[in-house]
Amino acid sequence: MNDIRPKLHLVVIGNGMAGMRTVEELLKFDPEQYSITVFGAEPHGNYNRILLSPVLAGEKTIGDIMLNDRAWYTDRGIQLHAGDPVVKIDRLRRIVTSKKGVDVPYDRLLIATGSKPFVIPVPGHQLPGVVAFRDIHDVEAMLETSRTHRRAVVIGGGLLGLECANGLARNGMEVTVVHVMDSLMERQLDKPAAALLQAALEARGLKFLMQAGTTEILGKDRVTGIRFKDGREVETDLVVMAAGIRPNIDLARSCGLHCERAIVVDDTLQTLSDPRIYAVGECVEHRKAVYGLVAPLWEQARVCAAHLAGLGHKRYPGSTVSTKLKVTGIDLFSAGDFIGDAETEDLVLRDPRRGVYKRIVVKGNTIVGAVLYGDVKDGPWYLDLMKNAVDIAPMRPKLLFGQRYCEAAIAPLAA
Amino acid sequence: MADGNLSMPASTPIKTTCPYCGTGCGVEATPSGKLVRVAGDPQHPTNAGRLCVKGSALGDTVVPQGRLLHPQLRDKQSPGQPLQRLSWDAALDHAAGELRRIIDTHGPESVAWYVSGQLLTEDYYVANKLVKGFVGTANIDTNSRLCMSSAVAGHKRAFGEDIVPVAYEDLDRCDLVVLVGSNTAWCHPILFQRMLRAREARPQMKIVVLDPRKTASTEMADLHLGLRAGSDVRLFNGLLAHLHRLGLTDAAFVERSTLGLDETLAAADRDASLADIAADCGLEVEALERFYALFAATERVITCFSMGVNQSSAGTDKVNSIINCHLLTGRIGKPGAGPFSLTGQPNAMGGREVGGLANMLASHMDLEREEHRELVQRFWQSPAIASRTGLKAVDLFKAIESGEIKAVWIMATNPVVSLPDADQVRRALDQCELVIVSDVMAETDTTAYAHLLLPAQGWGEKDGTVTNSERCISRQRAFVPPLGEARPDWWMLSEVARRWGHAAQFPYRAVHEIFDEHARLSAFENEGARYFDIGGLAGLDAHAYDALAPLRWPVPRTAADARHLQAFADGRFYHADGLARFVPTPARAPANAVDADYPLVLNTGRVRDHWHTMTRTGLSATLSSHIPEPFVELNPADAEAAGIAHGSLARVSTRWGSLVGRAVVADEHARGSLFVPIHWNAQFASDARVGALVNPVVDPVSGEPEFKHTPAKVEAFVPAWHGFILSRKPLAIRHLAWWTRVTGASFTRYELAGDATSLPWPEFGRVLLGASADADWLEYIDGAGGLYRAAHVVDGRIEAVLFVAPRPDLPSRNWLASLFAAGQLDDEARIGLLAGEPLAAGPDEGATICSCFGVGQKRIVAAIESGQADSVVKLGELLKCGTNCGSCVPELKKILSKTQAGAKAASTAS
Repeated sequence: MNDIRPKLHLVVIGNGMAGMRTVEELLKFDPEQYSITVFGAEPHGNYNRILLSPVLAGEKTIGDIMLNDRAWYTDRGIQLHAGDPVVKIDRLRRIVTSKKGVDVPYDRLLIATGSKPFVIPVPGHQLPGVVAFRDIHDVEAMLETSRTHRRAVVIGGGLLGLECANGLARNGMEVTVVHVMDSLMERQLDKPAAALLQAALEARGLKFLMQAGTTEILGKDRVTGIRFKDGREVETDLVVMAAGIRPNIDLARSCGLHCERAIVVDDTLQTLSDPRIYAVGECVEHRKAVYGLVAPLWEQARVCAAHLAGLGHKRYPGSTVSTKLKVTGIDLFSAGDFIGDAETEDLVLRDPRRGVYKRIVVKGNTIVGAVLYGDVKDGPWYLDLMKNAVDIAPMRPKLLFGQRYCEAAIAPLAA
Repeated sequence: MADGNLSMPASTPIKTTCPYCGTGCGVEATPSGKLVRVAGDPQHPTNAGRLCVKGSALGDTVVPQGRLLHPQLRDKQSPGQPLQRLSWDAALDHAAGELRRIIDTHGPESVAWYVSGQLLTEDYYVANKLVKGFVGTANIDTNSRLCMSSAVAGHKRAFGEDIVPVAYEDLDRCDLVVLVGSNTAWCHPILFQRMLRAREARPQMKIVVLDPRKTASTEMADLHLGLRAGSDVRLFNGLLAHLHRLGLTDAAFVERSTLGLDETLAAADRDASLADIAADCGLEVEALERFYALFAATERVITCFSMGVNQSSAGTDKVNSIINCHLLTGRIGKPGAGPFSLTGQPNAMGGREVGGLANMLASHMDLEREEHRELVQRFWQSPAIASRTGLKAVDLFKAIESGEIKAVWIMATNPVVSLPDADQVRRALDQCELVIVSDVMAETDTTAYAHLLLPAQGWGEKDGTVTNSERCISRQRAFVPPLGEARPDWWMLSEVARRWGHAAQFPYRAVHEIFDEHARLSAFENEGARYFDIGGLAGLDAHAYDALAPLRWPVPRTAADARHLQAFADGRFYHADGLARFVPTPARAPANAVDADYPLVLNTGRVRDHWHTMTRTGLSATLSSHIPEPFVELNPADAEAAGIAHGSLARVSTRWGSLVGRAVVADEHARGSLFVPIHWNAQFASDARVGALVNPVVDPVSGEPEFKHTPAKVEAFVPAWHGFILSRKPLAIRHLAWWTRVTGASFTRYELAGDATSLPWPEFGRVLLGASADADWLEYIDGAGGLYRAAHVVDGRIEAVLFVAPRPDLPSRNWLASLFAAGQLDDEARIGLLAGEPLAAGPDEGATICSCFGVGQKRIVAAIESGQADSVVKLGELLKCGTNCGSCVPELKKILSKTQAGAKAASTAS
């Protein structure tokens, strides 16, 4: 087919998972509509960032987690500027400028700058041996340290911190996880599940310091230890900051896009300030929500791509998210409001000897949250029931026993 | 618990007699290690090798669980103290000494014996001899008072002697069997099977059942008259008048052999129309006419009657109203005809033969007749002889409560459960000066009140004879050594007699010596005056006695002719004048009528697979599976009025007491009535002793209580939660609003209900199941839904499960129960523990219908629905159900017709 339309120019800032998924979706809708230029801060093609943990743990290699190599961009006529982040957006002239001074005009701009690790600004945080856990570079730094040093402290007992700690331990390091709260993964797990998790990780040799606020990282040329509010000190050769992430919105802010916690977008992933500029991924705030997980990102990418393609038939209503911990041998699943309130009801199943704990939070007759530990195979099904607000009343007594039980129970009623 | 064991080298089967109902089936028992295999005795004339469910499961009951093994004494000065073990010598010294002291202080009427149709004839004989001849009181009564004393009284009034004139073989040659107040299918299964086989062989034979309830027996009947409770006499009076009007009077027989017809007809309201009678009996007039016509047209008719007749304030009149009809038509003393009392207990008849009731003497002789007293005293060479009728069961326990009787020896029976107004029995025993209980089991509702407990021998240990409903004497033989220090009842009694200085009159060293004395007494100066005569069996030595084959009495010393062996065949009866009596029986209503406060009639009775107070059948998982829980059966209309759903709990109350049972709401159950089984008691349920509800009203002649008619009300019992436990070990379940215990195969099941609304379940659950804090404990909690489930696992195997819910619709217990026999739980079964079902929905059998082969309702329904089975025979070929004892056949038939009707309705609708 001979397309006579003049090609529009799409510039994508951020060569990460959200931006590239949007491009992939867009190419599926219409491969010819745009000429595309991609800027990325990292000097690679696009890789699956959430699989960095298995890379750190030695279960996968960098090659395993590459999503789009350079050939992929070339084959599709996409101009890739890897290792050259955009430093300026001129919305009036519709031109972006990179760190290396490349100017590229755009008709549409997609911001997918993701997030950056939150580095606690304590004294010593810039010492050699203090790293974050965000990209391939961080992983390589940690792997290098593990070959030459013995002790590591991971600050942060959340998803990322625990995966990191597990990876370091798998590389032979003595790892202490420092967490400011009294239970691990408090954003995803209730206390019983967190206790099971902590016990399982302790059994693998991890040490935990709970309710420990870091006040200083010690060392002259390189990190040698870490000090806490209560005066305790722990010697270490490596400190990993895994205390959370912050949306990477400096660039967006600097060009005057409306930001709250992140770049504010509507249900089409368009920024509120500029209809030519879209944003997806961890750098956006949609209906007050900022996501740090992968599933919402896929959903956003599909909607955004449809709009960029001029189809306009999809809207993004927000995501119901679930969490899994990528530590081999530890199964946990968390979704929705797993804490509950006065109007919710809990269904709980415990089999401590087998390390199984399940809790479903029900409101009215729908699931609003779930925590599964030890046996997570029904997690996706609960998530579906939750997303679709399925009336679970008929299967409530069997809900916790899983999909196969419930479907066996419902079948005769239907017959 | 027991420390005894039952090891005895297995060898050839030992022939003995079943210890349950009055049918008296022969059993072959083969001890094998700690187990006992039982089978029907093919040579026994009663059953020719067949056994019912209970009989088939006898092996389950010859176990050490719960047995009383040693004499024990409770210190009366310190109530609440545990029983102390003591030697037999000390125990017998205590019994003899205390009884003697009380007799010496307050006279012979101050002591009493309450004995049982579970005793063997020889035990019974010695008890009666000791009490009536050597204590000199007739205060010895028996639980047969609750069972067939009305039949005894009716026989004596009509015949002059307690004679059952029908034999089982008559059932094979009659053309009509009328079952009155008898669920024969469940209570005398082998006899019922025999009737069915007879009907099959001769299709002209009919079976009519008169019963207010629809039962397994009515299912198989050609005609069922669901008469109003207590209207039997009206119905038989009407029949008498009807037969007379039709000219069916056997004038020659009546003239030659009877007295009293005119007065009897006059009392029978002879002019009442069939419509009036039908209305009074709550029947359709057509049904009544059909029955009367059938009875009138059939020469060979046997009227079998049982507890529905006997257990009534007009029980004796009911018996006589039946006998009157047979006398009028001369249908008595002939093959295939006569009135036939089906006795409840294995040795009710033996007890009657030795005079075990308070108003009898011995060998069918009368306490009131001086020549009989003189004869018996001379034969016994006893220092005394009771000269006035003793207290009958209900009055006896009233006299204990009033303090008139100060000591009681209870043998082989459980009056705290079985008597009417049973809480009165508790009160009586609670303040009685001396309560001696000899029993097989350590913990019963009655042993709880004992001061002195004496371990008796159980079935399989004891040795002697029993007599069944048709006067057939059979041997019960020992085939295992007695557990612990259990001794024969006759030995205990004789030892007390020896301590009182009567060693010469109680010289027995072995049981055959007692039988010999009993046989000699029956012939002593008899000369044909008493039909009961087994003089021909006197003089048997130990070997001959042991080899004694079943035989029907009379067995006179000189060979009797055939006419003599067919009772009354010669037209001779046993009043002094040799004539039978018509007894006028004006109809009267049950003693207590229903009213606005207690508008329903409470009826009581047996279930198929349990016996009496469950001391034995309660040990068997097989027998406990048919009907696991105490229940209240009622009509849907009555249930709805009370807000009771099928499967929920219901409280039944009368002016005497109340209980709680599982509601069985049944379309076929007559409106205005309730049925509650007699079996459950404090050992098996918190609140299910129906005896406590029964009005303590007795028949004025027989003294038999009115168990079948107590005004009652029913209401929903709504606890805060329902639950169940299955546990490998027995648990101490107390302080709950309601519970019942069911024996399972390698587990015990508890059904529970509680009234506490907010229990700390995870903690309370562990307490209930006896699990420690570090136990392998799985739990499921739906707090808002009121659900709690927990499983205790030990070494990878199920130890116990607990399920709690706000409503009674809990998961099926069957699959969970099956896990107790399985080994290590795999992960899926572990999850299933709390789901209460396997993931791959296995075959949930539903309620067990055929206990012999463990065939459940769902499997049966499936076989019918699939078209594989369209008859009971086909079901049997396919699933084996109903092919052993056959007692589930009525239920199979019912399921078959219901399922087929359902399928038909469905196909018509579609």
